[in-house]
Amino acid sequence: MTQPPLLSVEDLEVRYRVTSGWFGGADVHAVNGVSFSVAEGETVGIVGESGCGKTTLGQAILGLTDISAGAIKLRGTERDRARRSQLQIIFQDPQSSLDPRLPVWRLITEPLHIRGGYTRKQLIGRATELAVSVGLRPEHVDRYPHEFSGGQRQRIAIARALAVEPALLVLDEPTSALDVSVQAQIVNLLLSLQAERKLSYVLISHDVSLVRHVADRVAVMYLGQIVEEGPTLDVLDAPRHPYTKTLLDAVPSFDRPLTSIAPRAGELPSNRTLPTGCFFRERCPSATTGCELPQVLAPADGLRAVRCHLVTRATDTAVPRTAPRPVFSSPNDAIA
Amino acid sequence: MAADGIVTSPRPAARLRAGRLWYRVKESPLTLVGAAIALAVLFVIMAAPLLAPYPPDKISLAARLAAPSPQHLFGTDEVGRDLFSRVLFGARASCGIAFAIVIISTFIGSIIGCLSGVVGGIVDTAIMRLMDVFLALPALILAMALAAALGPSLFNAMLAVAVVRVPAYVRLARGQTLSLRNRTYVKASRSFGASPAYMLRWHILPNALSPIIVQATLDLGGTILTAAALSFIGLGAQPPTSEWGSMVSSGRNYFLDQWWYVTFPGLAILISAMGFNLLGDGLRDMLDPRLGGR
Repeated sequence: MTQPPLLSVEDLEVRYRVTSGWFGGADVHAVNGVSFSVAEGETVGIVGESGCGKTTLGQAILGLTDISAGAIKLRGTERDRARRSQLQIIFQDPQSSLDPRLPVWRLITEPLHIRGGYTRKQLIGRATELAVSVGLRPEHVDRYPHEFSGGQRQRIAIARALAVEPALLVLDEPTSALDVSVQAQIVNLLLSLQAERKLSYVLISHDVSLVRHVADRVAVMYLGQIVEEGPTLDVLDAPRHPYTKTLLDAVPSFDRPLTSIAPRAGELPSNRTLPTGCFFRERCPSATTGCELPQVLAPADGLRAVRCHLVTRATDTAVPRTAPRPVFSSPNDAIA
Repeated sequence: MAADGIVTSPRPAARLRAGRLWYRVKESPLTLVGAAIALAVLFVIMAAPLLAPYPPDKISLAARLAAPSPQHLFGTDEVGRDLFSRVLFGARASCGIAFAIVIISTFIGSIIGCLSGVVGGIVDTAIMRLMDVFLALPALILAMALAAALGPSLFNAMLAVAVVRVPAYVRLARGQTLSLRNRTYVKASRSFGASPAYMLRWHILPNALSPIIVQATLDLGGTILTAAALSFIGLGAQPPTSEWGSMVSSGRNYFLDQWWYVTFPGLAILISAMGFNLLGDGLRDMLDPRLGGR
């Protein structure tokens, strides 16, 4: 029997209460039944447009956002307070994720300082070690964040996340606030740290080329659901779900003039009241009968899974075409 | 990558910040004037016994209501006490009490405000509505009522004004806390397992402090006025304490013939209140993040 994966997210749902008035409030359905797992040393990319719930998903994994339903398990058991330090997060903007009033050594060792029981000298020593391991110089630990460039600040944030020897890092758009020239350095740093420390990453990004470069597997999110999931190159080179195709078409490329990209009609539907049936139906170029039914994430060719009845039924020829086969279906799928 | 600065001091950032502050102070002459007045007042408070030519309570019936002269720079009052000495010693009562009031109300206000912001919910609502009640009443009237209820004395006047000043700090500290609580670095701290007390101590209080300090400096001038007003109507310092407000009050009777009696204590109130206001204004402008300061 295989051992349970490092991190498994099961049917995760996150809802926010956005207004509270005399006539009841409204909920934002940020994440609607997401399941995926990350193996030891693996990088899973999460891509999707703005507002699709990928950042909320990352924060929910860390426990920064309360989850409404589902489970987040670490090596097969529910993550608790003691083991939460195995999960750490790198935020998008290193400018705002570092307290401007604390020196670097104190920032890097914040997780240890919170735990307590270390002397100042030990903390400075540990901070120096960590700073060197992310490519900063030992004397940098006495300085303050505003004395550093964006790339260096992100290195500080990475060193801080490594202070408690985590098993998995959630990278929430780790390079999108940085200059292009610095992005590559940070990506290379993350890759070499992964090799040295056997880290797993959950890479949240809208940068498809970054995900292609770094991730082993990729999950495409739309309106709080995973619509397609599989090995990175399979999904990105031969997308099957109509939304994935749309998303990848929107990536600028030298092969194709920008003018040839047809503007897509429609906005992301409101996530206050979820659409019935397939979430992508209103914007989908190949919408047809059957799309008004809830869609399930079902295996398609190879190792991938797709949430579209057109794809999964065409692939799975052995199954009679009368009814969609509920593979991987969750209670949520039935409600949606 | 950033330039490799040569580290010459263990806290280069602190040095930089102080340098930048001085640079901005130089740009604003009014702030300099305010700072100079504030320093002068502080000096007088500490060195009053050395500067004063006479003890403040020394009665000399031979020289009653004498006009300003080289012997008595500011003249004398109705029992022949030297007004110059009394004004110098009055700085202790008037400004000293203002400092005490501001320190007490800042301290209490910030703690209540930060707690209110961090705890939230019903506690927050209750505290803020109570503060609204305080704010709804005119400050001087409320201070008068409190001082009268506690009994006229300098200490009670101080308490009364401090209580009246608290709500402003509560609101300020709460607002700061609410905005800081959602900063990414506070979130990061929470993701490392920090308790609310830890976040308050290390991230929220240090970052909320600079607007609170500015507000406190701005309030010093107003507080001097309020304290003097309470003494003027007899609810603050009691005779024979030399206090500017009570000196103006007793000098009032002689105003038409002996102008110096009210004028010099009054000028002292005016100048010190103005000085602290100018300093506060200048500090606010300098520390305003939109103007590039920090």
